[in-house]
Amino acid sequence: MTTVTDMNADSYVTADGRTIGGVVMDLKNITLRFGGVVAIKDISFDIREGEIRAIIGPNGAGKSSMLNVISGFYKPQEGEVWFRGSKRPPMKPYQVARQGLARTFQNIALFDGMTVLDNIMTGRLNHMKANMFQQAIWKGKAEREELANREICEKVIDFLEIQHIRKTPVGRLPYGLKKRVELARALAAQPSLLLLDEPMAGMNVEEKEDMSRFILDMNDEFGTTIALIEHDMGVVMDLSDRVVVMDYGKKIGDGTPDEVRNNQDVIDAYLGVAHD
Amino acid sequence: MFYREAGDFKTSYRDDNQTFPIRLDRMGYYILMFVAFLVVPFFINDYWVNAVFAPFLIYAIAALGLNILTGYAGQVSLGTGGFMAVGAYACYKLMTGFPEVSIVIHIILAGGITAMVGVAFGLPSLRIKGFYLAVATLAAQFFLVWLFNKVPWFYNYSASGQINAPERSVFGVIVTGPNTEAWAKYMICLVFVVVLAWVARNLTRGMMGRKWMGIRDMDIAAEIIGVNPLMAKMSAFAVSSFFVGIAGALFFAVYLGAAEAGEAFGINKSFLILFMIIIGGLGSIFGSFAGAAFMVLMPVLLKNVLVGGMGWPTDLAAHFEFMIVGGLIVIFLIVEPHGLAQLWRLTKEKLRLWPFPH
Repeated sequence: MTTVTDMNADSYVTADGRTIGGVVMDLKNITLRFGGVVAIKDISFDIREGEIRAIIGPNGAGKSSMLNVISGFYKPQEGEVWFRGSKRPPMKPYQVARQGLARTFQNIALFDGMTVLDNIMTGRLNHMKANMFQQAIWKGKAEREELANREICEKVIDFLEIQHIRKTPVGRLPYGLKKRVELARALAAQPSLLLLDEPMAGMNVEEKEDMSRFILDMNDEFGTTIALIEHDMGVVMDLSDRVVVMDYGKKIGDGTPDEVRNNQDVIDAYLGVAHD
Repeated sequence: MFYREAGDFKTSYRDDNQTFPIRLDRMGYYILMFVAFLVVPFFINDYWVNAVFAPFLIYAIAALGLNILTGYAGQVSLGTGGFMAVGAYACYKLMTGFPEVSIVIHIILAGGITAMVGVAFGLPSLRIKGFYLAVATLAAQFFLVWLFNKVPWFYNYSASGQINAPERSVFGVIVTGPNTEAWAKYMICLVFVVVLAWVARNLTRGMMGRKWMGIRDMDIAAEIIGVNPLMAKMSAFAVSSFFVGIAGALFFAVYLGAAEAGEAFGINKSFLILFMIIIGGLGSIFGSFAGAAFMVLMPVLLKNVLVGGMGWPTDLAAHFEFMIVGGLIVIFLIVEPHGLAQLWRLTKEKLRLWPFPH
């Protein structure tokens, strides 16, 4: 196995043998303002196929806003979002989802009244085409589709080891499992880009290890491209291929974990710097 | 001991998906269908159909409709009475306008017309939620009733302002008008109930239902996953109004025979059906039936006990009936806020383990 370290090539192989492809999502000069507050200021970075891309930064740096821009929730005042080689016109979030984007939320956003299985099945909704009348009759297309997609969801359930809670209403689950179900729902959509907003917030070490394993396996087995926001530096440095560092809405660093770790601006942002 | 899954192995996802996963439930369902279709029609008389079965079945359809909108899709509506009126008047206009067409088609078309009206009045739901939406649908209730009283075209310029159902038959059996036999009245309602309950079940267990429940539980997350909120809410209003419209058409044509918008389809109807789904259980097909049964049977039962059993004067009993039913609703909501359906679910969960504690 040859290890190519030239990250500007069209595609390269990482040290652990995964192939990183071309650019999936390219953000160009994004600026986002809320009234007078500038949340994101002229930020550009890209996400490549098959990689794990981390976005880090101190609180209020604009990381979540960035994710909201990518998932179509916020409309940036300036800048362009390029997805799979074409410029994305202004879109509603559900249209963005149809293009193959899925995400999880910092505060879990599951459907509490539905079972785990139903929650995960909603992830398949862009893959199911039966119209209302076909669903009303059920027999035929609707049932076939339901069963085919159920099988895909069961694979995701197996993968995330949540078989035992399949039919439990989500509202009854503890926090750690809810996080996992939310990941399952996003994964069931088989997205070409998966956005994770603090997947390990509020977890203990063991749960973090589980979650890290899932993220790595997801990336490895399904080749899912992942962009994640995380505060646990150890996790970020271990998991990600490349890291973007934000502070006060600006990009202050971008590169491999090692490059970022040794970047003076990043160290200043995290540890503070003496003003004289 | 008997009520359990053990030994009933599911070998496919289709088996796992069925409506009644437990054998005893399935048997109960088949027995119920057998009794409803092949036993009851032979024993039913005018009293039973008019006091119990016809209102129960028709209200069950309306409750199913409102439950789809409020219980599944989370959009509160107080316009149910108004939408029932649309169904009734649409059915009346179709019956008198096209007498040669079958009444069954008229009733279904009346549902379709109500669906369109429902979508129109559902448009505000895109902007407003919760109590504010309830007030907006309240406007629909008052506007529709006013419209049907104000424009004589709707009641064919009749002197009384009422609409009267002309005699119509299905397969040679008279189902509307004063000459209808009890079993015919019962059967036409039963067929509509069974078919519509089946449709409701299919819609709510599939992707449509998940979209509705997604919007109900967390609309932002639903939108991020790919649910178009406009389509989800409008389809909920359309399907719900379709059910309610059919209920209105049956209520007028089969049950009442003659109706006046303000009297038969006033705000009281809206509240009655809302109570039914709250008491029965929001977001449950069984709950719609349980709630309808509770609200229809309770007054009948009380009247029989108070007047028939204890010999009270009718007027006194009627007032006590109001108080007792009201009190029961309050007590019931305190004891089990998730309705009869939740009570039923808990019973079943306990029964699964019985007689062992674990």
